[in-house]
Amino acid sequence: MDSPLRLIASNPLDQLARTLEALLVVASAPLTVEELAEAADDEPERVEAALGLVRERYSEARSGIVLEHVAGGWAFRSSREAAEACARLFEKPAQRNLSQAALETLAIVAYLGPCSRPDIARIRGVAADSAVANLSERGLISEAGRDDASLGGAIRYRTTPLFERVFGLESLSQLPRLDDVGESADAIRDRLHEVAEKRSA
Amino acid sequence: MIVRELELDLDAFAGPFDLLLTLVLKDELDLRELDVAGIVVAFIERLAERDELDLEACGEFLVLISALLELKARGLFPEEAAELADLEPEAAAEELARRLAEYRRMKDAAAWLRERLESEGDRFFRLGPAPLAPKLETPLAPQEPERLAEVIRLLAKEPPQVSLAHMALRFPPVSQFLERFRSLLRRRSRFDFDQEVGELTRVEQAVAFLALLDMRRVGEITIDQAAPFAPIRISGTDVEREASWTVRSA
Repeated sequence: MDSPLRLIASNPLDQLARTLEALLVVASAPLTVEELAEAADDEPERVEAALGLVRERYSEARSGIVLEHVAGGWAFRSSREAAEACARLFEKPAQRNLSQAALETLAIVAYLGPCSRPDIARIRGVAADSAVANLSERGLISEAGRDDASLGGAIRYRTTPLFERVFGLESLSQLPRLDDVGESADAIRDRLHEVAEKRSA
Repeated sequence: MIVRELELDLDAFAGPFDLLLTLVLKDELDLRELDVAGIVVAFIERLAERDELDLEACGEFLVLISALLELKARGLFPEEAAELADLEPEAAAEELARRLAEYRRMKDAAAWLRERLESEGDRFFRLGPAPLAPKLETPLAPQEPERLAEVIRLLAKEPPQVSLAHMALRFPPVSQFLERFRSLLRRRSRFDFDQEVGELTRVEQAVAFLALLDMRRVGEITIDQAAPFAPIRISGTDVEREASWTVRSA
């Protein structure tokens, strides 16, 4: 007689793990442990333990489907080795042809958000209207209230869960510290002084 | 080399430099959208194509581009222009350095994002509107059983009988109008329908019209109407007149 496919060797969490698989394969956005627990009608602690089992089964090199912790939740994605095949069939509209202006704007919103278009323009030195509209349309940023409570304040923007998903981030806290990526203010000040001295010399 | 004829191909604008200046001065092109560095690059490329250094062109270009830059800077920091002007040169340099550093950090962050995008480019995942089932909610305020019972009792009460008396229609017999129209046609060869039935109720008018149709069917009359909603003209046919004549002579 056929026995059900044993994805996970007999384990008390077997049944729960299969339920989580089902939930994750249906979802089109990452599911949090709380959401999974609510849907599976089980304890969050047990869900986390069962997720461990599912993750082990669905990992790179073991399966074409990979379970990843992304954008604050859990989601299935394709394995990296299947990327070429996927690319033949599927488009990536959110991240295709992101311009330098869009990426800089995205960086500003990701690090300093929620922030308004004037905030972005101040830093980049050019108006941010088209870049912001473009990123909103792609679903990478979204509106997040206004500068001040009154209606007249500029609209503020923040990055969306899709942004974290596209960039493969568990959360925004996974972004590298700004001090680590950029030249410090001191270095730039030194350069300015250098130029000034050369001119007066 | 003529600076004004410098051909530009920027995101916000493509065409000769002097057209760009005209558009900017007429406020038809937002300077904030313009990549001034792109203009400089275009100029330098053009300059590099020539062996000699055209000092006159360089001078003219410098004047124009610095004016553009100043306009753009003023446009970007309208409320801060005054604030910055009040600063001591030393403090202004500090502020400038701070802003440059901020921009540089964001540029580097953008570079990190691009690298990340490339390294994560081989991850495909399902996308779509979140198809989550709506959460079961109980939006009702706490209810008092007494009041609920009261309302239900109200619903259980038999509703009052609605009188239809005013809706009764009285249809006069068609024959009444047949006779009336026939006698009319004996006196006159034609008459105006609207005029004849104008005084009557709508129901009576409808029955009168039925009578007309009946007469038309047997060829007693012809009906004319010049245009929709125009007066309806009725005239007796020869057959009818002949018949009446026969009756009279008999």
